[in-house]
Amino acid sequence: MDDAAARSTQSFRIETAVGSPRATAVAVLIILLALMLLPTFAGRNLIQDLIFLFYMLALAQCWNLLAGYAGLISVGQQAFVGLGGYLLFALTLIAGLNPLLAILLAGLVSALIALPTALIVFRLRGAYFAIGTWVVAEVYRLVFAQVKPLGGGTGTSLTPSVTSSVPGIEWVKTLLDVRAPAARDIVSYWVALALLAGTLAAVYFILRSRRGLALGAIRDHEAAAAGLGVDIYRIKLAVYVATAAMTGMIGALIYLQKARISPDAAFSVLDWTAYVIFIVVIGGIGTMEGPVIGAIVFYLLQRYLADFGASYLILLGTLGIVIMLFAPRGLWGLVADRYDLTLFPTRRRLIIRDREDG
Amino acid sequence: MTDWLDALIQGVLLGGLYALFAAGLSLMFGVMRLVNLAHGDLIVLAAFAILTVASTFGLDPFAAVVLAIPILFVVGFVLQHVLLNRTLGRDLLPPLLVTFGLSIIIQNGLLQVFSADSQRLRAGAIETASIPLGGGIAVGVVPLLTLMSAIAVIVFLNFIFYRTPVGRAFRATSDDLEVAQLMGVDVNRIFAVAMGLAFVVIAIAALYLGLRANFDPTIGPARLLYAFEAVIIGGLGSFWGTLAGGIVLGVAQTIGARIDPEWQILAGHLAFLVVLAVRPRGLFPRAQD
Repeated sequence: MDDAAARSTQSFRIETAVGSPRATAVAVLIILLALMLLPTFAGRNLIQDLIFLFYMLALAQCWNLLAGYAGLISVGQQAFVGLGGYLLFALTLIAGLNPLLAILLAGLVSALIALPTALIVFRLRGAYFAIGTWVVAEVYRLVFAQVKPLGGGTGTSLTPSVTSSVPGIEWVKTLLDVRAPAARDIVSYWVALALLAGTLAAVYFILRSRRGLALGAIRDHEAAAAGLGVDIYRIKLAVYVATAAMTGMIGALIYLQKARISPDAAFSVLDWTAYVIFIVVIGGIGTMEGPVIGAIVFYLLQRYLADFGASYLILLGTLGIVIMLFAPRGLWGLVADRYDLTLFPTRRRLIIRDREDG
Repeated sequence: MTDWLDALIQGVLLGGLYALFAAGLSLMFGVMRLVNLAHGDLIVLAAFAILTVASTFGLDPFAAVVLAIPILFVVGFVLQHVLLNRTLGRDLLPPLLVTFGLSIIIQNGLLQVFSADSQRLRAGAIETASIPLGGGIAVGVVPLLTLMSAIAVIVFLNFIFYRTPVGRAFRATSDDLEVAQLMGVDVNRIFAVAMGLAFVVIAIAALYLGLRANFDPTIGPARLLYAFEAVIIGGLGSFWGTLAGGIVLGVAQTIGARIDPEWQILAGHLAFLVVLAVRPRGLFPRAQD
């Protein structure tokens, strides 16, 4: 009877947004605009650092969606960074396409190749999936090392005619009165910003959609989610292919900026997976805020300590282990526990109110 | 024709080495469901340990490994007891990420202590000794010893698992952790013993790794992949399956290398992917994952 009484006097609602959605949207737009206008007064070093920060954060968001939500712990995402990079080189150097178009096509082709790849690696579950993806990345590396038109094992460089053919460089040169290399960086910066914003928006809207609810359920308890009718295989496949497309585009941008590619660098497990995992774990896996915090921490460590080489990597490894053992929800988890903060409202909350109030 | 037969024989012998890599991984997974991403780096670490013991005491590598084995058993025991036991549970992420971090720490620690130079375990005349089989085919003594050691290790592990009290505890915790604990098995200690034992296998694998070819601090991850491929090709849960998996991988690599030397590693990986596509549970499956 108590239950029935409660039902008649209370109302239930599911909310995701906190605070005023409109104020948040305005704040996001202002930040985005400020970042877009930054090159008009920022120096070249800052622009280059931010390009690095942006693409590492975008990669981290992709890996977080994959591992933190879909439970697909991959240590082989370097496969798609390298694939995207090599596709950019093939499409611009051999097919003569515009580099920006090549970035989009690299994403598309990465998704197409991710599909058959998934059909094989999805036969491995859990931890075995992780090593399986690594094997696949090695296969990609060894295959591209055999492609002689792209330099084989030693790699190749973009010709100046390709790097200067990115639309907008001439425009930036005259508008901001900078030299060609600086203009090239500024255009790359905008592309990186666009890819980061696109990745954040994609992850955000996926997580807020019906699919996102299913993903959150998989993250929290896979068997229970399956029991409630979530088609686990299809959702995981969709996430794997979507993150491959995003990762491929980011890889294409990275190697447009670097202008030189080799199989060992493009398919490096350290650069494109270990660092990315570190960012997500340090920041807090399974949240959108975590990778943002983690990327900033990683950027600072990289900037001030990377010269220490091996000791720096030992420090990163140790830090990762300590966080995993003692604060498995990362730095953002520590903050969020204390202050109930949300930057990206993707969690659904049950709001219970008495009828009189509502 | 002789060429191909030779490739086949060398591949089977190489498979012995991969079976040794895989046996340790298989043991860890079998007992504590741990997939150790630092496995390859631990093999390289053990090779450097043998090298250090051999050069410090002026010993032959075969004698050095006998000295290194108890040290490595203790290292494995402590590693599991202090660190890895904390990561085990329902969630897959902690053990994977902690062993991944460990892999980076070991690689860079070795780089700092031993530099990036290639090393080799020196054993004198036995390194180049071979036995002619006739028809222009000969087998090296070290590769033959590798395969025989792999078989001996597997017989030994099967004996431990099926004929000793500690093996009974291994199988019990593997079958049902909670019930084993209820029956009074000290799971943390059993896991630590299993890791110690895995380190003994790692030491033997490291001996042959160092005798057969050069090694440096960066080659660990590739050994992890070979070990993993051998386990999956053979089928989870059987040490003999692991040997078969190692041999399939070894033969695929030597045949690939015979076609084009650059294809050796790729051919091994492709053989693994084909087995995965055709028989996802491996050639000789025993356990459910």
